[in-house]
Amino acid sequence: MKRRFDLAEVSRRELNQALHDASDGESFEVLNPRGAHAVACGITADLDVVVRGSVGYYCAGMHQRGGVLVEGNAGTGLAENIMSGLVHITGNATMSAGATGCGGMVVVGGNAGARCGISMKGVDIVVGGDVGHMSAFMAQAGNLVVCGDAAADLGDSIYEARIFVRGDVESLGADCVEKEMRPEHLETLRSLLAAAAPATDGVEASQFRRYGSARHLYNFTIDDVDSLEAAR
Amino acid sequence: MCGIVGLFCKTETHRHELGRLTAVMLREMRDRGPDSAGFASYDAGLPDRTRITVLAEGIEVDWGPVAAALEGVLGAEVTVRAVHDHVVFSTDGDGRAARQWIIDNVAGATVLSYGSQIELYKAVGDPDLVAERYDLASRTGTHALAHTRMATESAVTTNGSHPFATGADTCLVHNGSLSNHNRLRRFLEGHGESFQTENDSEVAAGYLAWRIRSGDTISQALEGALDDLDGFYTFAIGVADGFAILRDRIACKPAVVAETDDWVAMSSEYRAIARLPGAADAEVWEPEPARIYTWSLAA
Repeated sequence: MKRRFDLAEVSRRELNQALHDASDGESFEVLNPRGAHAVACGITADLDVVVRGSVGYYCAGMHQRGGVLVEGNAGTGLAENIMSGLVHITGNATMSAGATGCGGMVVVGGNAGARCGISMKGVDIVVGGDVGHMSAFMAQAGNLVVCGDAAADLGDSIYEARIFVRGDVESLGADCVEKEMRPEHLETLRSLLAAAAPATDGVEASQFRRYGSARHLYNFTIDDVDSLEAAR
Repeated sequence: MCGIVGLFCKTETHRHELGRLTAVMLREMRDRGPDSAGFASYDAGLPDRTRITVLAEGIEVDWGPVAAALEGVLGAEVTVRAVHDHVVFSTDGDGRAARQWIIDNVAGATVLSYGSQIELYKAVGDPDLVAERYDLASRTGTHALAHTRMATESAVTTNGSHPFATGADTCLVHNGSLSNHNRLRRFLEGHGESFQTENDSEVAAGYLAWRIRSGDTISQALEGALDDLDGFYTFAIGVADGFAILRDRIACKPAVVAETDDWVAMSSEYRAIARLPGAADAEVWEPEPARIYTWSLAA
């Protein structure tokens, strides 16, 4: 049975405390978020949380386990520093969605704004629509999948994250280049697209191009890459 | 950090409650800027009748003789009414001349706005109390802008509060900071604009006023602003017949826009929009950097 929290009646602090106190397997429904900040932050148990409406800044920040589904839009810093688990919104996200995420998956059904995946460190981000400028800025690890277009300076100063874009790329940032799509990349992409359904319905892995680091900006030479891969 | 909101009524539906809805939005932005607040609203006004809103904070003035003297200068009837520490002049005469005369002749007064449609109020203090004191909720009209300020680079004063309006019915609220405002202020002063504060945002308002006075449309003026204003900004702008939004090329100052058949609303955060009628079904998006968005009453 779902536990219901109506944010028109109870405080967000009460909601978040209940989520922190909950046990694996519990389900929550959140009503009337009305753009409130920090909804469903810091979840550490395997919970199923549905938020009916749009949220403000830092929704599902530091997410660790279970799933948060937002039926609406999200403000700045959606799922910032997500560690694992799934955060899925059906609408649009504004700036810095999935910022600094270390693992898990963030799905944006609509468009994401500027700096989506900035400094991502292992999270997989799938965006059903477009992403704004400077997305995957200084991205270190993980995958950013964009089913629409990417605005200017994609992947600026990128490290080892992978970027897949289905539509047009306005421009690539410093040290970001297009790369060959090899079978292992297609395989990764297919599994990400499948995991992000229904935001990716009708989207085929073969429609994407891959982008990543030219590796000229950071200290290692290309000869160091194999040792880095082996260490991962 | 500051909070900005703008509401533009495309249809008649919500014009009777423009002020009430703007107050609801302003309240949600209180904690982005608890220092001070202000708002400007646009109504149909009367043809050829200009209103001049003046801040008379901390000064004792007998406004009757001032209005009489202004009548002599303008060669037109002038009426005046007080709203707490603001006064609103109304005249068939030249609004721009009236503004400059008041600046030059009433010591301690600040002309906040002039135009046939705009009135503008601002004060130090809790945004809710500011809205209440000047009765924002009762205002009707087509569009409104409001601002909550968290001062970072200058003192908490009424004159540092937004909105700013230096040209006829042209008004601006700003979240951000400009770095070339001193030089631009000198340039604009050489081209006929006059300023009353050291504030960077007043210069942005003056820049738009100058461009529009020179014959630009609001879109052309904002096109120029992208090249001539250096700094961080999200602007919401009101003009006599329209509403506009502009963000700088980096776009690190937040903005969200929502649109329905009846209204367009913009704010620093969605929660200011969430309580508007029909918000749940509105199209919601983040305005793109360096892209000019305009809505016109004529459209």
